[in-house]
Amino acid sequence: MAKQKTEPLEHSATPWLLAVALATAGPHVEHLPLWMSVLVGGLFMWRVWLWLARGQLPRRVPLTLLVAGGVAGIGWQFHTLFGRDAGVALLVLFMALKPMEMHSRRDALVVVMLGYFLLLTHYFYSQSIPTGLWLLAATTLLTATLIRLHGGAQPVAAIARYAGLLLLQALPFMLILYLLFPRISGPLWGLPQDAHSGLSGLSDKMAPGSLSNLIQSGAIAFRVRFASDLPEKSELYWRGPTFDEYDGLTWRARELSATAAQTKPSIEVTGKNYTYTSTLEAHNQRWLLALDVPTDLPTDSELAPTLEALAREPVRARARFTFTSAVDFRANRLESPAVLQHALRLPAAINPRTRALAIEWKSKSRSPEEIKDAALSMFRNEAFFYTLRPPLLGQHAMDDFLFTSRRGFCEHYASAFVFLMRAAGVPARVVTGYQGGELNPVDGFLTVRQSDAHAWAEIWLAGQGWTRVDPTAAVAPSRVEQGIAAALPTGEPLAMLSRIDIDWLRAMRNRWEAVNNGWNQWVLGYNPERQREVLSRLGFKEPDWRSMTATLAVLCGITLLVISLWTLYQRNTADPAQRAWQRYCTGLRRRGVTRAAWEGPLDFAARVAHERPDLATLTNEAAQYYADLRYGHGGSEHLRLLQQCARRLPSSWRKEV
Amino acid sequence: MPTNAPSPIADVLAAANQVVLGKDVQIRLALSCLLARGHLLIEDLPGVGKTTLAHTLARLLGLQFSRIQFTSDMLPADIIGVSIFNREKTEFKFLPGPLFSQVVLADEINRATPKTQSALLEAMEERQVTTEGETRPLPDPFFVIATQNPSHQIGTFPLPESQLDRFLLRIELGYPDHHAERALLEGGGRRDQLPALAACFTPEQLAPLQQQAAAIHVSSALLDYVQALIEATRSSQNFIHGLSPRAALSLLAAARAWAFVDGRKNVLPEDVQAVLPGVACHRLRLASSGNHARLEDITALIHATPLN
Repeated sequence: MAKQKTEPLEHSATPWLLAVALATAGPHVEHLPLWMSVLVGGLFMWRVWLWLARGQLPRRVPLTLLVAGGVAGIGWQFHTLFGRDAGVALLVLFMALKPMEMHSRRDALVVVMLGYFLLLTHYFYSQSIPTGLWLLAATTLLTATLIRLHGGAQPVAAIARYAGLLLLQALPFMLILYLLFPRISGPLWGLPQDAHSGLSGLSDKMAPGSLSNLIQSGAIAFRVRFASDLPEKSELYWRGPTFDEYDGLTWRARELSATAAQTKPSIEVTGKNYTYTSTLEAHNQRWLLALDVPTDLPTDSELAPTLEALAREPVRARARFTFTSAVDFRANRLESPAVLQHALRLPAAINPRTRALAIEWKSKSRSPEEIKDAALSMFRNEAFFYTLRPPLLGQHAMDDFLFTSRRGFCEHYASAFVFLMRAAGVPARVVTGYQGGELNPVDGFLTVRQSDAHAWAEIWLAGQGWTRVDPTAAVAPSRVEQGIAAALPTGEPLAMLSRIDIDWLRAMRNRWEAVNNGWNQWVLGYNPERQREVLSRLGFKEPDWRSMTATLAVLCGITLLVISLWTLYQRNTADPAQRAWQRYCTGLRRRGVTRAAWEGPLDFAARVAHERPDLATLTNEAAQYYADLRYGHGGSEHLRLLQQCARRLPSSWRKEV
Repeated sequence: MPTNAPSPIADVLAAANQVVLGKDVQIRLALSCLLARGHLLIEDLPGVGKTTLAHTLARLLGLQFSRIQFTSDMLPADIIGVSIFNREKTEFKFLPGPLFSQVVLADEINRATPKTQSALLEAMEERQVTTEGETRPLPDPFFVIATQNPSHQIGTFPLPESQLDRFLLRIELGYPDHHAERALLEGGGRRDQLPALAACFTPEQLAPLQQQAAAIHVSSALLDYVQALIEATRSSQNFIHGLSPRAALSLLAAARAWAFVDGRKNVLPEDVQAVLPGVACHRLRLASSGNHARLEDITALIHATPLN
């Protein structure tokens, strides 16, 4: 240690450490505040310049000031020094500053260790395949840097090969630990509070524009795999939150009283049941987005009185659920009067023209169905447009929309329809969720994206219960039958790749998403249940943590033993030239000429020429290559030729011929 | 035995083979010994061609040659030279002895007394002579070819171990084979051809060749093998003691020169095996009889040492 402390760092080793700093801290720039990115980038450039100019590293006092300033800045920015973002920012700051006092080998080792630690923090932000590949490359770089620090100057290719070999040896341990290390539900340590910010998904209220913003995102909401066949695409309504309270601008869910929340909805299934497994991305809300309407729910979830499936806790990590749903059903035929009463409430004194229209319909109609049909036929037959870019609406939003602009998006149509129904005395509410999805032919998963977000309406009809009405389907039928891309006029902004006509591009995306899905299902989704599943498939009856730990230790020990033996064997016959020559001599032995242990290559070749003239030329060639390789200056070309000689030996049967 | 040697060496080998028939290996060993700046000891019966070989090499290399016939009454001054008083100039003048020659054939060295023997052997080692307080360098190159009769013959003073060590190689000529002997008998005395031999070398050419021979590449794998052989002589029960580090250096130098004579750029195990009997036989004594090791003993040693 004392030696390391004083031993100065070689000038030629510095680029390795700067590369380490760049590879480990660089990608974090995405999450850092701008001033920090500028500071860290500036420090890095300065250090590179100091290296190029062989300049003096800064002294202790300015460095201390830089550290204090940086830490103060982070404290001011995040109001804390703990938690995910502040902690990562602190580590990145250290990584940028440590090279500034990199005088000795010991300092360099600190940089490498800090690099290994900083690598782990990337998993706070992303666990995707590209991140994994990047971290793998960075780990190789870190290991190579350690080799460079301890092994002195060598060709980069040699260092890289050595680092690769070391990582390859670590691979079996990684697999064993990954498969067998006892898993616990949830993350290993409590994640900081801010870990779940910035997840996208449906919101617990619906204001104009909230869905159209979500639709711009091509991110995946969930993936579904049906046990058997799929329902019709127009039946794929994935139910999210239901809203029955309107304040003139925003739709919200009503706060339910304790008894109302306990009420179990009644569902009569009239058609087929579909069973499927859904892998839901984290969205930080409780709803599970089951196919409307779920009849059998996974454990730890419940069916709300408003028919959506809810988890006990918000979904903070990608999770899998198995549901059974029916698309033909009658729900809550005997709804409580309080609920129906609530489903008629409207804020007073707004939208007078809309109210008047509704009252006119009510007076003309004999039943709620006729009122519904009147509204739908208005949407269908008059000049309404389906667009993501509707004009702004004024105080009487419904009046403006229905009589002036007539341009809107599913949220506008659902909202206007429910308003009309309520004004005409038909209990109605807004339902948000997703509609449709895209079948990936590569792995058979149905992918539902944020761009499939949708809003529709439900009205309550006596004898039929809550009945789905999708006014958007009346305006733009293709939205429900073919998807959002087909329904929107060309030129409207959509998530990249949602509107793909190019076949190969679509096929490539499907393939990539199938790979990603496999990664999610098997690597990231490897939870205690999956582990138990895998272990029982491997022959463990009732795996508990004791037997698992024992297996873990035994397997690691065996792997270590195998690698050590292999290394010893390699050391004994380290020279590839020797191995190739031995192979050739073994080949000759099978053909009747045995080399004595003491016999040199040229002597042996001379003897072969005497005993087996047919093999003379080849053996002479091989002996020359070997002599050059082992006792002279033969290069890799000679080795290749020597190895070829062993293959060029005529097959043994010719001896008999 | 073909060779890819550089031209003057190949020429020497070819010409020497015309004079000394059927002794290709011995000629090569003698030439290797010269190129490795060592001295050569030829041990055999009288009349098998020892002197002819020495004389032939000297002529072919274009070197100055002198011959000393050792007898039991010889004194050191007889070979080194004496100072004689010059009356006219009233000073002593040194008359160099036969030792001041580039190639010295020391015939029947074991007939001389130990005193005279050691005078010769010291000169071989130091490559200079000191008499009457004055040091005189011997010519360069300086190459001694000594012959001795088998030591069981009457009237010999066997050379002690330490003196034998001064000879890089010891060779035996042996009887000529059937064909060579017939050619010899048909062609008359070969010595008659000697005056007609033309030199293939100039003395200036020799030194660079010796330098090239000393620079022949030796890989670490070959050093492993040399060490294994040396180790084998030390651990073997057959020998009273093993080879010394100086003997190991001699082995390597001889192997280099052998590879050079063969026209190669690096030393192979074959080269070491070829020179090992010459290097080891006169340095090793058999535990069973106390005599010097024979060729068969060294061959057995080689066969017992695997080559990795």
